[in-house]
Order: sequence, then C-alpha cells, then structure tokens
Amino acid sequence: MTMTRTRWLAAAAAATLFLAGCSGGGGARQAADQPPAAAVSQADIDQAMRTPTELTFWTWVPDIGKEVALFEKKYPAIKVNVVNAGQGEPQYTKLRTALKAGSGAPDVVQIEFQYIPTFTIIDSLLDLRPYGAEALKDKFVDWTWGQVTGKNGEVWAIPQDTGPMGMLYRKDIFDKHGIEPPRTWDEFAAAARKLHAADPGVYLTNLASNQNGAWMGLLWQAGGKPFQMASAQDIDVSVNDEVSKKLGTYWGGLVKEGVIATDPDFTDQWYQALNKGKYATWLTAAWGPVFLASNAKETSGKWRAAPLPQWAAGENKSGNWGGSTSAVIKSTKNPIAAAKFAEFLNTDPESTKMMATEQFLFPPTKALLDDPSFAEQKPEFYGGQTVNQVFAGISDTVDKGFGWPPFLDQTVSDWDETVGKSLADKSDTPAALDQWQQRITTYAESQGFKVAQ
Amino acid sequence: MTSTRTAPRRQAAGHLFIAPFMIVFVAMLVVPLAYAGYLSLFREQLIGGTTFVGLDNYVRALTDERLLGGVLRVAEFFLLQVPLMLLLGLLFALALDSGMLWLSRFIRLGIFVPYAVPSVVAALMWGYLYGPEFGPIAQLAGTLGLPAPDLLGGDLMLGSLANIVTWEFAGYNMIILYAALRAVPAELYEAAAVDGAGAWRTAWSVKLPALRPALLMALIFSVIGSFQLFNEPQLMQRLAPSVIDSAYTPNLYAYSLAFTSQDLNYAAAVSFLLGLVIVAVSYTVQLALTRRRT
Repeated sequence: MTMTRTRWLAAAAAATLFLAGCSGGGGARQAADQPPAAAVSQADIDQAMRTPTELTFWTWVPDIGKEVALFEKKYPAIKVNVVNAGQGEPQYTKLRTALKAGSGAPDVVQIEFQYIPTFTIIDSLLDLRPYGAEALKDKFVDWTWGQVTGKNGEVWAIPQDTGPMGMLYRKDIFDKHGIEPPRTWDEFAAAARKLHAADPGVYLTNLASNQNGAWMGLLWQAGGKPFQMASAQDIDVSVNDEVSKKLGTYWGGLVKEGVIATDPDFTDQWYQALNKGKYATWLTAAWGPVFLASNAKETSGKWRAAPLPQWAAGENKSGNWGGSTSAVIKSTKNPIAAAKFAEFLNTDPESTKMMATEQFLFPPTKALLDDPSFAEQKPEFYGGQTVNQVFAGISDTVDKGFGWPPFLDQTVSDWDETVGKSLADKSDTPAALDQWQQRITTYAESQGFKVAQ
Repeated sequence: MTSTRTAPRRQAAGHLFIAPFMIVFVAMLVVPLAYAGYLSLFREQLIGGTTFVGLDNYVRALTDERLLGGVLRVAEFFLLQVPLMLLLGLLFALALDSGMLWLSRFIRLGIFVPYAVPSVVAALMWGYLYGPEFGPIAQLAGTLGLPAPDLLGGDLMLGSLANIVTWEFAGYNMIILYAALRAVPAELYEAAAVDGAGAWRTAWSVKLPALRPALLMALIFSVIGSFQLFNEPQLMQRLAPSVIDSAYTPNLYAYSLAFTSQDLNYAAAVSFLLGLVIVAVSYTVQLALTRRRT
C-alpha cells in the first residue's frame, strides 16, 4: 500500500476540519439551570413570519422538500434550504464541528430522540417554550413528549417520528412448525429451541451484535432505567442492575445455546438472510414494516405483525427504537421562524399526513395514529393485516421515564465492544454488562461527571 | 557587475514560483500540525472545561494498551502484506518489460485498474465477497462440500484486509517499477547481451539493481500506508463489529477518540505519536537499505 494522493488530500481535509473544529474551543458550555426566557408575543411572531428570512434545515428524510413546500406556501416570506448532511452519526459529527467552529450550523436540525441529551449538555439546543411549544404537548403521544422535554420543563425539540417496538414474524414458518406467536419471553425461548431443532438452518430471531438501538429498546420494555440525570453533572449509570442482568442472562443464554442468530444488521448478509428465511422473526420498531417490505420483496405476503413478547403473562409493555425530532440550534439568528418551522413540519395536519403516507415515518401525533386512513391500511406484504393499527396500539404501551446519557456515541461504542462482542462470540453476556458499566463509568468520570451506580 | 544586478531578481522570481506551494503547505500542513500540537497539551471535559495538562496526554498514550495493540497490529500487517505486494508488483513489471506478453497494454491496464477503484468501494466489494454465508466464496466452498472459511473472523481478518490492500495497490507499485525499468539505458542491455546474458540473468543483474531506488520509494510509501491503515478496517467494522474494535489500528483509534469520545486533545497526542512512529520506521528502512548499497 502506498501513501496515495487521495490519502494526502483526505489528511489535509481532516487537518482543516480539525482546525475548524477547535478554533471555537474554550470553557465548558454546560446547560445551566436557567429560568425560561420570557414568552414571545403573538405580534412578534406575526412580524417575524412576514419578514423575509432564510432558514437552513439539516435532515435525511427523503423528499422532505414536499412538506417544506407546504410551509413556504403558508409563509411566503420564509425560504427553507434543505440540506442532507448525512444520516445519523455523520450528521451529528458535522453538527458538532460546526457548533465548535461557531459558524456553519443549521437553524433547524433532525435529531434522534436518544441524541437530545448529547446536544443539550453542550448547550446547543434552543428551548422552544417561549415560542409556544408547551401548548403542543397534547397533540403528541405521552412518551414522546417525555423524550423531548428537559428536567426543568424545557422543550428541546418537536417529535417527528417514532419507533415503538413490536415483532414481525413469518407466518408460513410458524405454521409449518406449529408455533403460535409467542406472548411471553418464556414462550419465545421455547419456540426458539423448537424451531432450531426442527430446522437447523432457521433461527427464531436475530439479535444483532452491532445494534445497540434494539438492545436499548428491549431494555426499555423490560423496565430498565439505565441513565438518570439528577443534575447536569450527576448521572446515575446502571446498565448492570437486576433488569439489565435479566436481559443479559436471557439473550446471552439463547445465543450460547445457538438457537438464535447474532449477525450484524443492515448488511448484505442480513438482507439476504431475511429474504431467504433464515430468521423467522424480526424484533423491530414501527418503521420496520415498511422497511422490510421494500428490502425483502421475495417474502411478500408471508409476514405478520404482533406486539413484543412480555416478561410476565398478561402484561402489555414495549420500548422504543429510533424515531427522530426537529430541534432548533441555539445559534440561529431567526429563532421565531425556526421554532415555527419545526412546529409546522410536525404538527400541521397535511404535513404530518404526508410524512406518514409518503415517507412512511411512523407518526408521534395522536390525531394521525387514530386516523382511519392511516390505521386501516392493509398492505399486501403482511397478508392484508392492519399493521399500522398493531403498532399504533403498541405506541401507547411505551414507558415514559426512559432517559439517555449525555454522551451517547461513547456509550454505544462501548456497548459494541463489550455486550455486542459477547453476543457475537457467545461469551458471558452478564459479565459483559459489568464491563460496559465499568467503561461508561470511567468515561463519564474522565469527562467530569459525578457517577452514582 | 552584471551578476550583482541580476542575482536578486532571479531570487525574487524563485520565491514567486515557490510561493503558491509554500502558502498551501503552511496553511494546510504546518499550521494544523502546530495547532494539533498545541491542542495535545490540554484536556477538555464536558463538565469542567479546558485545562492545561502539559505532557499528560503523551504519558497516557505511551501507557495506553489499546494504542500499543494497534501499533503492533499494523506492524504485523506491514510485515505480512508489503513484501507480498511489492513482489507481485515487481513480477508484473518484469513480465511487462520483458516484451514477451501479448496484449501487454491491456494487461497493464487490467492490473492497474483496482488502484482506480476508491478504497471505500473496494472494501465494500470485498466485504460482500467475504460474506460468511451468502457470499460467493462461502457459496463456492459450500458447493464443493467444504466448510466456509470465516474470512471476517478474528483469525483471518488481518489476512482478509491484507488481501484487499494488495489487490488495490499491487498495480500502482507495478507502474512505478515499470516506469523505472523503461528508464534503464539501452546500452546496459546491449552490454549484457554482448556478455551473453539471457533474459533471467539480465533481469537479475541489470534490471533489479536499476530498480533499487524505485523499490525503496515504494517501500517507504508502503510503510506510511500500512501504519495509517484506516479506510479498509473502518468499513469492515460494520460487517464484523466484534472483531474490529475502535482501536484496531492507531488511525482508527485517533478517529474514534476525536469523534466518538469527543476527546480531541488526546486524539491529537495519539496522532503525533503515530506520526513519530512512522518517521522512525521509514527512516530505519531507508537507512538499512541505503547502507547495504554502499
């Protein structure tokens, strides 16, 4: 291998990025406990919405220009530049760089629920209360509102889409082996053993060894409270408590027995496996059905949806995996227009409906979840089952109190290298949870947090 | 008298010509390097802000087992992959230069083409070929009734990466060596022919010595490339997350520290140390090879 020209260029680009990333350095910018800013009057809002303004909006939702056009039609003075700065992590990396550099950050940005504390800890999101965001609370499913609000009632973002978790299963495989859709995790384990014994080429499910999101969703369902912030610098980390250990013992056990698979997800291998019937279920989120329908076309008509199995018979609980919000960056020069844009995008009936029916985002608004034209869709891929209705029901069963750490990237990376690795290697998962706890604690303390366990 | 008048003007012209390079060089390399060096003396925390810590980050790096592990891994990679790649490049270059190949232009292009494929694309492509169950290699093994090799497993990963890098860069090195061969004066061949040397003897006694400077350059580039290994393991990480961790290579580690751990200061210190290691190894290689020549 050689030091090629592209490498030189990449190094030079990285160096400038590095330079840009650091020039804004300096003291810590923590979210201090400040009283809410005074509310902005309706007159000010009207004035701002009539003033010619340009907003920059970072998002990875495909074709969102259609929804943006609705906003621009209603407020012709305001022009929104839609920028795709990458999906998920790449976008956050760019955002952090722009924030540090002190220029180049967007006005409005798409942020996943789990990343909100990572950005509020560096004091980069605008509290939307002065712009009337509190009044939107009742439009949204309760748990989503809990995800976007801060300790002192700040509203950090407006929910855009969600991912309450359920179970997609292959009816044909279940029927062939006489398996009923499991309603408890005990039944699920029994079904996993039975199925794999009957057909060694098939696994009841795949618990991806690289998918922290699914793990956190399952932990959420089990009642885990891994990260609680007592204040901006006091964090309670408990990813190896009783609930987590129960989860670790259960899944680690099934993995060791070899009756479920642990392939990395969203890879060629995994797509092919779904198409070829290697996995009889996919424990996924509400965005899963549409995703699967477009990525496993060969299996059309064979899938059905059901709630997740429960830890105790008769219970009805779920967790969330994924989903995102629109947040306003604090450095915006047009906070009113930016806040109103975030609000419009995610509450206007026409805009939200478009997101649910054209981009197939699973809605967080109660109105749309109850809307028959959404809930009663009968996709052929699921044999005509009203899949949206199943997940709309699940959305109500997600716990409100689940919280995220203010350094999510590190937490996820550490999970991959401890818990995820234990799943892939069939080693001791409960012990890996202890390592994970240890790594998070060490990191949090090195960043100046006080950690309670 | 004329010379005293023209000398300063000539000097000014020289400066003018070199100015564009110097400006880019200073702005893109010297300043960022100096700034990174400055940064590496601090520690910034999410809670508590920035403090001056002197050489603490370097002390931490020197005792960091994850960094050391990464350096040893790329050293192993270098010893495993580079000789093979240079040997292949050399064989291709000699074969082309022998003039005994049909369609030599076509073959030359064919061997060189992988270098034109961006390494990201190459890694994705090979990742698919390596797939443990549905990848073509595994399927072929299955058809022959053999167990599929776990090319993405912990034991074979380094070899799998070496294969990708060799595939990408053997053609590039072939071009460097081939160009050097074309520059060998014809008189040397004539002299060899007069002395009764055959094709093999000519290759060994005339061509190889003439190639030494080009080989040295290819080797130094390979040292730098190996120790900076990044793209290929980063892409394979998605396919084998439990094999390739965030400290698999020192470059990957520096990247994770900066962008996952938000620890730019420590990442800067790690990058500086990696740079020192590369300088040291390159210099050692050069010293060892040039000394042998004299």
